[in-house]
Amino acid sequence: MAWFHKHRGLMPYVLLAPGLVFLAVFFLVPLGFLAYQSLESGNIDFGYAFTWSFGNYGTAFTDYRPEFIRSIEYAGIATLLALLLSYPVAYWIAFRGGRWKNLLLLMIVAPFFVTYLIRTLAWETILSDNGTVVRILQHLHLVSPGGHILATGTAVIAGITYNFLPFMALPLYVSLEQVDPRLVEAAQDLYASSWKAFWRVTVPLSLPGVVAGTLLTFIPAAGDFINAQLLGAPQNHMIGNVIQSKFLELTDYPAAAAMSFILMGAIIVAVAAYARAVGTEQLSGTAV
Amino acid sequence: MTDVLTRRDLLRRAAASGAFLTVPGVLAACGGSSSKSSSSGSDHTLAKTLHFSNWPLYIDTNNKTHSHPSLQDFQKKTGVHVQYTEDINDNASFFGKIQGPLSRGQSIDRDIVVLTDNDRYLALMIKKGWAEKLDKSAIPNIKNLVAVQRHPGFDPNREYSLPWQSGMSGIAYNDNLSDPVLSVDDLLENPKLKGKVTCLNSMGDALTIVMLANGDDPTKVTDKGFNAAFDRIKKAVDSKQIRQFTGNDYAPLLAKGDLAAAMSWSGDIAQIGNKHIHWNIPKDGGALWTDNMLIPKGGNVYTASVYMNYVYQPSVAGLMEAGDPKKNITGIYYIPPVIGSKQAALKLNPSVANNQLIFPSAATLAKVHLFDSAALNNQKYLQQWQNLISG
Repeated sequence: MAWFHKHRGLMPYVLLAPGLVFLAVFFLVPLGFLAYQSLESGNIDFGYAFTWSFGNYGTAFTDYRPEFIRSIEYAGIATLLALLLSYPVAYWIAFRGGRWKNLLLLMIVAPFFVTYLIRTLAWETILSDNGTVVRILQHLHLVSPGGHILATGTAVIAGITYNFLPFMALPLYVSLEQVDPRLVEAAQDLYASSWKAFWRVTVPLSLPGVVAGTLLTFIPAAGDFINAQLLGAPQNHMIGNVIQSKFLELTDYPAAAAMSFILMGAIIVAVAAYARAVGTEQLSGTAV
Repeated sequence: MTDVLTRRDLLRRAAASGAFLTVPGVLAACGGSSSKSSSSGSDHTLAKTLHFSNWPLYIDTNNKTHSHPSLQDFQKKTGVHVQYTEDINDNASFFGKIQGPLSRGQSIDRDIVVLTDNDRYLALMIKKGWAEKLDKSAIPNIKNLVAVQRHPGFDPNREYSLPWQSGMSGIAYNDNLSDPVLSVDDLLENPKLKGKVTCLNSMGDALTIVMLANGDDPTKVTDKGFNAAFDRIKKAVDSKQIRQFTGNDYAPLLAKGDLAAAMSWSGDIAQIGNKHIHWNIPKDGGALWTDNMLIPKGGNVYTASVYMNYVYQPSVAGLMEAGDPKKNITGIYYIPPVIGSKQAALKLNPSVANNQLIFPSAATLAKVHLFDSAALNNQKYLQQWQNLISG
């Protein structure tokens, strides 16, 4: 202990060390190998050689632009839908949940006790051509008779929205839960209708949750390939499907690695633009 | 009932996602595993344990105890315990998993693995020198190998590989939703089936079937023949006739009625056992594929060879294939490569032994063909095919 007293300044670094070492070993080192691989050329028959082939990036982007755009589009729509769906739920649990709060939160997380793949396959049944959902939509003339939802972009977006919903709902709940109801009361006393108080007080205070939730949803959704694989047609495939097939079917490791980096870059740009638009302080929640 | 798990289990997708972690760079970073006991010595002593990796639901199983009677019997006879792992869900991801250590000359702790001849990886394992030569002196029963399997292109003298099971690829349809679908014309172009059809995602299977329908020879693929078949499938994708490319995940979709017809594998349909779902070799012919046992570099050659000899006994092959309803044993239900296994199966389970999908006659087998192995390794074809099915 005496040592720590003497070297007080080192304490933060000691505490940071386990996390940093973990990230270095399991994130940075593999990332370095991936970067190296993305600049290789060759094939599985004759081996791969490091040749600074930046061309991998060019061809990856020009050949698969539609899939990159589709990934960002589907992930964006799914994130927005997840936000619209979870906000009222999180709001209700935070302010009206009462003693049921924990149970309700558990219900949001409950689907996560089942593996991702099985949850997605469940949607194959829910959206089945002969299932109730499609029948009702056909009845309402939202789906043409004999039409289907499975194997369309709608099914893929629905699957992604569902699979990532808790990532949106939980951060929203946490930030809404911290809103002091007295602030809303004060606003109502002083100047606002309850609607206005909601927009002027509750929503701004919950923004850190919105930002965290959208990032946690959007980032993994953009790289997802399971939903497109199982619920989509070939026309709905996302960049994750292409990367998967390059890595595993074509053993074209350099192209797959390059695409992974492009996807990572695209996400970083999107996130940076978003952070700039809403203000980075929302991310850390220091605005309050 | 409908979600029967089958050999080419759809969990391959889960495996696929996991396999992202196994790209060679990552493996290199984490340092290879393995420093196992099983040495590849040519001495004729049996190891204590045989490590056998196979596809799911691909061996005889006692439904009550979930044990594998043929493996227990092998242990009784030889004293070798078989550590049987069902960890191959898909050729490509399994190859992705093992190619890292093998390329660095490390053992993968397995004595037998099973790979398919209509995917490129089986041939690649042999070509790269990642397979051990069989100890044929320990496999006298190789004489029971069916004639058609004796000289495959990837291993002309069967020095490295022996068939485990074969299967046929053809067309299945649901008679509640459609008239019989017996031809590729119907499957890909009948407007009544629009959006109710899937195609197999394996290039070897799909191209064989469509090339035969086009009058081209799938055992000797030319650019012209490939392009004609490819364009025909692409047209069906663009017109939304084909709604998805699948592994065996077509099975639940067919049973639920989401699909009217699907390009599919014989064994899956035999396993579903739904009376409304019928499987046929298409009018112009279907595809044949065979899963082959290999001893990966570093595996115990003698022990593995003794095991291969054991499964090439007709009585053992018959039990493994047909099971035994009296003892509650389920069989494999694909196609065994062992002469005499049908006679053995007849005694145990006549209905399976007489099933044309499991013990096909010579006339049936004449209608199915093996895809050209050179085309399987043609990077241009593979790239074109993968772009069609995944992007």
